[in-house]
Amino acid sequence: MASPTLIAETATRSGSAAAKAAKRPGQRSRERRRNLWIYVFLLPTFVLYGLYTLYPMVASYWYSLVEWNGFSSQQTFVGLDNYEAVFADPLFWSSVRVTLLFMLIVAPLRVFGAFALAILLNSPKLPLRSFFRTAYFLPVVTTTAIVGVVMRFIFDPASGPTAALATIFGLGPIDLLGSSETALITAGVIYVWKFFGITLIYWLAALQTIPADLYEAARIDGAGPMRLFRYITLPMLIPFLLIISVLTIEDCFHAFDLMQTMTAGGPFFSTEIIEIYIYRWAFAASIPQLGFASAAAVLFGVIVLLVVILQVWATVVSRRMRARS
Amino acid sequence: MTATTPRTTRRLGRRFWWWVLTALLLALAFVWVFPFIWMVSASLKTSGEIFGGGLGLIPETLQWENYSRAWIDGRFNIYLLNTVIVTVATTAIVVVRCALAGYVLGRYRFPGSRLVIAILVATLFVPTGYTIIPVVKLSMELGLLDSLAGMILALAGAANVASILIYAGYFRGMPAELEEASIVDGAGFVRTFTQIMLPLSMPVTATVGILTFLFTWNAFFLPLVFSFSNPALRTVSVGMQAFVGENSTDWPGMAAAGVISLLPIVALFVFMQRYFVEGIAGAVKS
Repeated sequence: MASPTLIAETATRSGSAAAKAAKRPGQRSRERRRNLWIYVFLLPTFVLYGLYTLYPMVASYWYSLVEWNGFSSQQTFVGLDNYEAVFADPLFWSSVRVTLLFMLIVAPLRVFGAFALAILLNSPKLPLRSFFRTAYFLPVVTTTAIVGVVMRFIFDPASGPTAALATIFGLGPIDLLGSSETALITAGVIYVWKFFGITLIYWLAALQTIPADLYEAARIDGAGPMRLFRYITLPMLIPFLLIISVLTIEDCFHAFDLMQTMTAGGPFFSTEIIEIYIYRWAFAASIPQLGFASAAAVLFGVIVLLVVILQVWATVVSRRMRARS
Repeated sequence: MTATTPRTTRRLGRRFWWWVLTALLLALAFVWVFPFIWMVSASLKTSGEIFGGGLGLIPETLQWENYSRAWIDGRFNIYLLNTVIVTVATTAIVVVRCALAGYVLGRYRFPGSRLVIAILVATLFVPTGYTIIPVVKLSMELGLLDSLAGMILALAGAANVASILIYAGYFRGMPAELEEASIVDGAGFVRTFTQIMLPLSMPVTATVGILTFLFTWNAFFLPLVFSFSNPALRTVSVGMQAFVGENSTDWPGMAAAGVISLLPIVALFVFMQRYFVEGIAGAVKS
């Protein structure tokens, strides 16, 4: 959730405050002591982040090359066999397809829906603005895994409120999460509901960056609300569209909590995203296939990497656009 | 008087549309919070009422024993305590280590500083699903797999690059005079940090702390895997999942468990709203 701009700035300007003057001998030893402290400060991060994030990223590659059930310490090197097996598994491709389809449902709804709502909520003339912000943000703070269970409840075909609603409208019994045709779309809509508030806050923050005097000047020139929107708001927001889209797309990879608790990938694998596929082979199977699951995890990592590259590109482009305007 | 009438009606007309819009947004807000209202209502009903009652939200008589059932039989007393321990410890570790790292990365250039930042940025968005297998294997070898400590370390070691970068950005923006003055006063590296820089970074600490708290409280994948063989280590999100598996008939008990699990985080949000929102807004603003 960090600002991409912030990241870029940190990367380019880091440490510019320190040590520019020529070094004298006494200064050098002081600098060495300072550097020692710097490494001491970094030590907790080196240890924790190194052990629990960096090492696993590298180790995944090794595990993807062995056959290993997780119980025994015996790991047999099998080369690229696991990859071959993953590639040959139609359910892996189905999970890739489901993940991408999910993204295609979720990202536009979140980005453009939140945009429309943010425009309304940003207007000072609207009553109850802070109440609305709180209400729309509420699902974001709630525990996703618990929301997943509650949603199973709400969409329960026998007793849930959606079933009751369907009966009132004479639609007969519906099982939106339990039918393989509707499950993914329903899950996508629930996911949008859950995380809509984040995208809304992104857009509100973006709207705050437009200087008020721009509007004032245009209003003095006689521009109405539609023209203000068309000629000031929209052009000023285009750079943010890129960043918010990529942040939202990246977010779609974190759907495990909701999906696992709501549908566990079913019915008939219609909501099995890649993370559930990995989980199923690594932990939920009676004989875990950790090498195989690792190969799937590495391929997943490659897909995420592509999005991160997209993120960096979007940051650079949008900075350039904002610098120009 | 006659001259102003059209303008007044026009203004009234415009205000009328704002109220229509407000009504629509209110209806949408109701849909938005409905699942929570419904869960609270279900937690106070009998099973028969949930199944037969349709859309009615008001229970006939309040069934408080649903809560005691979830609290004791459903073991949510233990799960809630676990969640509090894990969340508080993880948040404390993350805030300390991110403040330390952010400070030196934001303010100093030293051998390797660029490399450290590059690695952090490159791994900003690593999903849990990618790293989970080696994390479990590593924890197993360290003898930490079936312990809250192992869960805490794994949670504190992942997914907080953003916090380091937020700290780095904040510390970099502080005036250099602050540091020079403290050096003139004879303060060393550590004292400059603990007595001058850290107190000044309270707004960032609040944001990072609250976002980490939220993230950890809501974590599911890691606690799920870490409590596989020991149910006593479950957090509320995992416990809820297990409760559904074991008690698929006890809908009111489940709803009560859900309320117990969500209440603390929602209460925290209501009190700390500003920091939640600012933390997330910081992602696009600059």
